[in-house]
Amino acid sequence: MGKRKRTDTKPETGLSRREFLKGAGLAVSTPLLVGEGVAEAARPATDVKILGPGKVPLLLRVNGAKHSLSLEPRVTLLDALRDHLDLTGSKKVCDRATCGACTVILDGLPVYSCSVLSVEAQGKEIQTVEGLAKAGQLHPVQAAFVENDAQQCGFCTPGFVMACTAFLDKHPNPTPEEVRRGLGGNLCRCGTYVGVRAAVLQAAKTIKGGGIHG
Amino acid sequence: MAEYKWPEAGKRALIGKRTNRVDGPAKVSGSAKYTYDVKRPGMLYGKILRCPHAHARIVSIDTSEAEKLLGVKAVRIIQGPGTEIQWAGDEVVGVAAVEETIAEDALRKIKVQYEKLPHLVHEEELEKVGDRAKPAAEQVSGDPDSAFKEAGVVVEGYYGLPVITHCALEAHGCVAEWEDEQNLTVWPSTQGVARVAGQFAETLGLPAGNVRALMQYVGGGFGAKFSPDRWGVETARLAKQAGKPVKLMLERAPELMVAGARPSAFARIKVAATKDGTFTAWQSESWGTGGIGGGGSPPIPYVWNPPHQRKRHTAIAANIGSARAWRAPNHPQACFLTMCAIEDLAAALKMDPLEFCLKNIALTGERSEIYRQELIQCAELMDWKKKWHPRGDPSVGPIKRGLGLAIHTWGGRAHDSECRATIHPDGSVEVSLCTQDLGTGTRTVVAIVAAETFGLPVDAIKLNVGDTRLPPSGGSGGSTTVGGVSSSTRRAAQNALEQLFAKVAPDLGVAPEQLEAAGGTIRVKGNPSKNLTWKQAAAKLGVTPIHATGKNPGPGNLNSSGVGGVQMADVSVDVETGVVKINKMAAVQDCGLIIDPKLAESQVYGAMIMGICYSLFEEKVMDRATGRMLNPNMEFYKLAGMADIGELVVQMVTGPEHDSRGVIGLGEPPVISPGPAIGNAVANAIGVRVPTLPLTPERVLAALEKGGVA
Ligand code: FES
Ligand code: FES
Repeated sequence: MGKRKRTDTKPETGLSRREFLKGAGLAVSTPLLVGEGVAEAARPATDVKILGPGKVPLLLRVNGAKHSLSLEPRVTLLDALRDHLDLTGSKKVCDRATCGACTVILDGLPVYSCSVLSVEAQGKEIQTVEGLAKAGQLHPVQAAFVENDAQQCGFCTPGFVMACTAFLDKHPNPTPEEVRRGLGGNLCRCGTYVGVRAAVLQAAKTIKGGGIHG
Repeated sequence: MAEYKWPEAGKRALIGKRTNRVDGPAKVSGSAKYTYDVKRPGMLYGKILRCPHAHARIVSIDTSEAEKLLGVKAVRIIQGPGTEIQWAGDEVVGVAAVEETIAEDALRKIKVQYEKLPHLVHEEELEKVGDRAKPAAEQVSGDPDSAFKEAGVVVEGYYGLPVITHCALEAHGCVAEWEDEQNLTVWPSTQGVARVAGQFAETLGLPAGNVRALMQYVGGGFGAKFSPDRWGVETARLAKQAGKPVKLMLERAPELMVAGARPSAFARIKVAATKDGTFTAWQSESWGTGGIGGGGSPPIPYVWNPPHQRKRHTAIAANIGSARAWRAPNHPQACFLTMCAIEDLAAALKMDPLEFCLKNIALTGERSEIYRQELIQCAELMDWKKKWHPRGDPSVGPIKRGLGLAIHTWGGRAHDSECRATIHPDGSVEVSLCTQDLGTGTRTVVAIVAAETFGLPVDAIKLNVGDTRLPPSGGSGGSTTVGGVSSSTRRAAQNALEQLFAKVAPDLGVAPEQLEAAGGTIRVKGNPSKNLTWKQAAAKLGVTPIHATGKNPGPGNLNSSGVGGVQMADVSVDVETGVVKINKMAAVQDCGLIIDPKLAESQVYGAMIMGICYSLFEEKVMDRATGRMLNPNMEFYKLAGMADIGELVVQMVTGPEHDSRGVIGLGEPPVISPGPAIGNAVANAIGVRVPTLPLTPERVLAALEKGGVA
């Protein structure tokens, strides 16, 4: 069902699964056989920094502002945003990279923040739904969501708004088919997809017409 | 006294116009605060240890290691040794800790011993459930035996829908904080703020007035969020024990395992008609489960009432999380069982099911004329006459296309509601009631009704909801909210306006009855230039605001109940892969007077999409060996995504004869028909019945093994 978002952005800490497999001398698609490669993987490479289990200092740049935090390295970006920075727009629903309710934009790419560790998000530009409106004026995607009634209970909405914003960045002139495929990574239980489709197409027009701000 | 009624069609400034959702900006900007977002000073996080077995007796519990863990502030045994647990995931021990991760660590340190007992988690075959079956008495009307003997055509079939879950995106849970030993504040995620406070009080042995419930936004409920639930009450107890506020929201797995279930329904059905297609008889042996308590019996035959019937229902006690009202309780099941059997009967008669329905429409009773019109309208939207073909798409190639239809009904009687309207001397207006907006648009409806009555724009109304210190309104279930809150608001606003008219009438030199509120003024009827602006009028109040209340039920015909509705689906089925694709669905829906068509349409779109979800994807998959749910997550408990829904068309039925019915709820009805509409379209496409939902590739291919066009 649609495109997966990137959750394997290259970490500084050497914690990504893909990097791990590469380091073990295995292609991602190769079946794992017990052998030399695995034995080697079990020995930590010398350049991998071990963090935790206790709290570690952390610097996150969110919506343009810097925040110093002290968190256990197991804390996800989503929990850091919600529980430690009180940015509760991003929601936790599946907590395992399926539903998109936690979508934020990391260095221009949409990611499921429930599946990114906060330590991995250091040094990156993190954009959340709270940073989208400028000077009290809704972003064209947000305005189009309101106009096209693309929200009911609204719990999936912030994630959808962020996914749509990132999508339009990549596809400024989307076809309805591209919208269907490109936004398949967000789920809504209330069933707002008809409104979301219309909102994305309308926002694309507004942005092209110079309606984007900031 | 004011005459309570809705304004005439020509005089409506806002009602019936496409107004944007008033809380849309808060939702799109992330500023809408849900229970899940509430954070209180010093707040702890609660977690629950759950039983891994479907049926077991607790032998012993040792929490000592968990209690010693740094950061753990309270540990409570919820169900102690000796308790018989009836489903996997039931609550055993609660923990509160300074961080969520520490609470999780604490759960791992708790040791519980169980004595396992035999369980039952599968009920699709009635013969295999043994003593878990609780049959109800057989019901007979007319003379079914003779009717089947004399029938021109008799069709027998097996049909069914499994247990599914609610899966609201905001999980169940609450925040609880004690002001002192006797006074509690809760922030629940609920469909009934006013009611849930009383239930907390009752369970905790507190006077009703000592519990305050607060909730501004809720991330979906669909029928599963009415009670405080055991975990909610335990949250309050953990908070009391720890002396700190506690927040406890269910993780996704327990949310899907124990916090929502729509009962299953299976049936062997026999139906009969005369050779010319007159529907004469129905016989059914149905069964289903809603957990250990059994579960409700679906009202079959649904909507249609043939003269000769025999039916029997058996409730099955299964070891799964208990059933909760799921949007239109029992109706989607009843509609599927009935409409599938009818479609199969029409196919045996070589009749277009649309013709069959129209021919027999009198059997739908008092709403038959509305159904007839809706069937015709919906058929036009689908180009049914041109596209329909007899069962089994004759075209070559693996993609087969088909059409299906279903009709439904729902009550939706307005619930009790009390509203307070306040006009301040500075002209500002407040409308206050302890209701909740599930995303259905309750806030918007209340604001529109108040604004319409006062002749003001929607944004002039300040709304106060979701607080038990406000006048109470019923829970939001069964499509009862919109009728209740619109009526209480209309009466409250009319009462407030009457007081304002009395105040300003002398200034305008007329009797109060000659005044009206429109366009931001209080003016003389028939002489609009003789007026005061709203602000000038309010200023006459001096220092005392007007407070007026309105109630539902109350005088005047502002609401009623009972709606019909028709849906049709156009699907493609790949007979090589078994994949079903929705090309198009159309819904024609009546619901009396519509306050905001934009939001009403959203309700119907949403319901159709939810219907697509349960028709194609949703199923609580239970493991026979362990009795556990195998897919308590969102990658395997699937919901439809943006690409899965096809083209959706919604047509709301309006007009003076519908306006005169007053306001009627809409949340339930449109979620009822999608199952059979889609199921029948698949049968029409591939030439064979896929008997049970969801219509997964596996089930479609299994049906094709037995026949059809492949
Ligand atoms: S909560 Fe992150 S994808 Fe669902
Ligand atoms: S609006 Fe409720 S989940 Fe999407």
